[in-house]
Amino acid sequence: MKVDARIPQGPIADKWTEYKGHVPLVSPANKRRIDIIVVGTGLAGSSAAASLAELGYNVKAFCFQDSPRRAHSIAAQGGINAAKNYQNDGDSTFRLFYDTVKGGDYRSREANVHRLAEVSASIIDQCVAQGVPFARDYGGQLDNRSFGGVQVSRTFYAKGQTGQQLLLGAYSALSRQIAKGRVKMYNRHEMVDVVMVDGKARGIIAKDLLTGQMERHGAHAVLLCTGGYGNVFYLSTNAMGSNVTAAWKAHKKGAFMANPCFTQIHPTCIPLSGDHQSKLTLMSESLRNDGRIWVPARKEDALAIREGRLKPTDLPEELRDYYLERRYPAFGNLVPRDVASRAAKERCDEGHGVNATGEAVYLDFAAAIERYGKEQATLKGLHHATVEEIQTMGTAIVESKYGNLFQMYEKITANNPYLTPMMIYPAVHYTMGGLWVDYNLMTTVPGLFALGEANFSDHGANRLGASALMQGLADGYFVIPYTIGEFLADDIRTGSISTDSPEFTAAEKSATDRQSALLNAKGATPVDVFHRRLGKIMWDKCGMARNAQGLQEAIAEIRKLREEFYQEVRIPGKAEGLNVELDKAGRVADFLELGELMCLDALAREESCGGHFREEHQSPEGEALRDDARFAHVALWEQVQGDPGQSIRHVEELVFENVKLITRSYK
Amino acid sequence: MNFILKIWRQSGPSEAGQMVTYPVSHVSQDMSFLEMIDELNIDLIQKGEEPVVFDHDCREGICGMCSLFINGEAHGPGRAVTTCQLHMREFKEGDVITIEPWRAEAFPVIKDLMVDRTAFDRIIQAGGYVSVNTSGNIPDANALLVPKVDADAAFDAASCIGCGACVATCKNASAMLFVSAKVSQFALLPQGRVEAAERVQNMVRQMDLEGFGSCTNTGACEVECPAGISIENIARMNREFLKASLG
Repeated sequence: MKVDARIPQGPIADKWTEYKGHVPLVSPANKRRIDIIVVGTGLAGSSAAASLAELGYNVKAFCFQDSPRRAHSIAAQGGINAAKNYQNDGDSTFRLFYDTVKGGDYRSREANVHRLAEVSASIIDQCVAQGVPFARDYGGQLDNRSFGGVQVSRTFYAKGQTGQQLLLGAYSALSRQIAKGRVKMYNRHEMVDVVMVDGKARGIIAKDLLTGQMERHGAHAVLLCTGGYGNVFYLSTNAMGSNVTAAWKAHKKGAFMANPCFTQIHPTCIPLSGDHQSKLTLMSESLRNDGRIWVPARKEDALAIREGRLKPTDLPEELRDYYLERRYPAFGNLVPRDVASRAAKERCDEGHGVNATGEAVYLDFAAAIERYGKEQATLKGLHHATVEEIQTMGTAIVESKYGNLFQMYEKITANNPYLTPMMIYPAVHYTMGGLWVDYNLMTTVPGLFALGEANFSDHGANRLGASALMQGLADGYFVIPYTIGEFLADDIRTGSISTDSPEFTAAEKSATDRQSALLNAKGATPVDVFHRRLGKIMWDKCGMARNAQGLQEAIAEIRKLREEFYQEVRIPGKAEGLNVELDKAGRVADFLELGELMCLDALAREESCGGHFREEHQSPEGEALRDDARFAHVALWEQVQGDPGQSIRHVEELVFENVKLITRSYK
Repeated sequence: MNFILKIWRQSGPSEAGQMVTYPVSHVSQDMSFLEMIDELNIDLIQKGEEPVVFDHDCREGICGMCSLFINGEAHGPGRAVTTCQLHMREFKEGDVITIEPWRAEAFPVIKDLMVDRTAFDRIIQAGGYVSVNTSGNIPDANALLVPKVDADAAFDAASCIGCGACVATCKNASAMLFVSAKVSQFALLPQGRVEAAERVQNMVRQMDLEGFGSCTNTGACEVECPAGISIENIARMNREFLKASLG
């Protein structure tokens, strides 16, 4: 089957403008007759729901949390990119476009990424107008910082809480529409199926998590803004509730999954401390602006540190290996995430890791504290400042930049990062893969759209820092309000969608039956145990480095685990009323299928690109080897007979007319 | 480590609740408080009992979903932390730990330790926004200069996570800290000034309708707030409210 990405004709810089000029519109009177469902209230969902309601559509929005403000976008720390060029450092729409395509290792669609770069500046304007308190300089203008993989400062931020401030801005806009009655909000509701009528997505089955009731909701279009599926690894930086269920149910109803194996392993997270751990915590990439990453150069020193016989601060400079600065002198500690993560794994695998587990490297601020301290001494005219005075002044500057992150680190680890280097290790953070969408953000199912992290998105095989917030808000504020018109223009005479049709009845029944199957398993093992086991298989065999043998083993193990799950799981309570374990079981059941598809995808992609590193495809220096001749495409998976193992692989060839494919080098 | 947990169990909003005692052992000091309850729940499920229900999501202190009144304090001992960031190393071997839900008329208990905080959403809906539609033609962000000191103060107010610890802590179950944080964020910024008078009146009206109590300036909310929201915001809101009332 050939998929059509519906990319507009014409030069890349004109496509979006031309498109907007010609896309069919729905008149204001007709918008009032059209219902839209938005699932998820993160940056993409909140901004889409608010913007569509402002336009006059009737919107129903759903979130599984107790309030739309809790969606996990809230936890994004570092910032949001925009091609404003406020710093006069050579930034432009083209450069943001180029950096994003290159950063994604040439596995994203040019037209979509260019549109993203084009609307990026409007996002900042919009957010400022909403009262989002971005960081400012003393002249009252907006401040910027730099992020990994680029050579300009284009990142806007609000301390280490940028996601929080942007989400609260979108939540405010959403709240305003809820108050006007333009959006009907359903908190503590989880989408458990998409309903298809005449080949189009015409509604959802949502479960009221408090009453256990299955509800039918009809609409002319359904938007999935349900985030990523990093929790398939059990341990990730995602929230505990983040799940793949909505996207996976859509997949089972015919929406193709694209590049599911493209996972971002973030280099700077707090290392694992024990088996009991429920999640991993990110330390913003912005820390790499000032922190230097190193491990002991000699294994015996690493061992001494692991055993507590040696303190890192006592190890002299010449015995430290600043491996990123050594391997990548041009970008140093600011190489993109995939490169930084693999380099950390390589050092730890070689026995240079620190922490009791041997799976951690140092992120050291001593040099930054000294540099800032000396700068302050010069500014204040203290030419004979003591080492202690310099240390104090430098610490104050580092605190003003990263205070909340340092505090968070200390709370979790009980170590003071001003005095001893932080320990970090890569962790699952973001999924570039997701539901395949065309230029209109529509999946292969007519009327079903996917926005934000839920779609396979604009990040190719590796996302650059501060680009997720940009994409979520671009999709919701500035793309979907236009592109949904092309589908809805044919629906102005359809009338409201009845939920009494056989399709709704069947979808509701199958959702209820799935729950019964889980409740009827009279095993003895709690859901979390299965989730942890799945996570371990995924991390060991489909994680930072993958090989054919491991992936084949993983597929067999996941299939076995899935079988065991349906026999051995124990879920207390009943279908009626609040049942947290039952809801969790439904999500884990979907992860158990997704995991297999991810391994299949990783197995089929016989190249290394971005976050996908196949051990068979690397240079003698251990760098990733891309294979553009065979794999410059998006892999799309079609589910067959409800069995992920039988999924059919289709491709969308990627055409690069504006960016030259080169070996991504940060040396 | 070993502890004795005394946990509030309540099967539904209108059912009577009670404290139930659970001894827990094999707790690692590196566990977070919620991970300790996770382990308890795994044990309960294996014994065929109902697990303890509690709200939680991000587990990194920012989503505001976790709550819990631990040993008589919102989010437990320690300052500027949420329950999910609290670690067992803060407790002593053998401690008896009391765990209760937020208690306030405006936050009814749903089950066990889970409460309904949608009153906060309704207060935001009453005016916690700037009335601006999505538009690609908004003036350039730098066309509006905001003094750094105002932007920083607005950020500090805006960093409220909406968890409700202030209400749970206040002897009057007042929501003044929460409401004033949002009022302040917008009152401090030029974008928010346009609707400032209307906003503060509408939000305060909704706050009263929801059944939150009055503020008697004990300052307990500020002490327990995990996001470090200052009671200066309450003073600012009172000023804004008075100014708006005088027209």
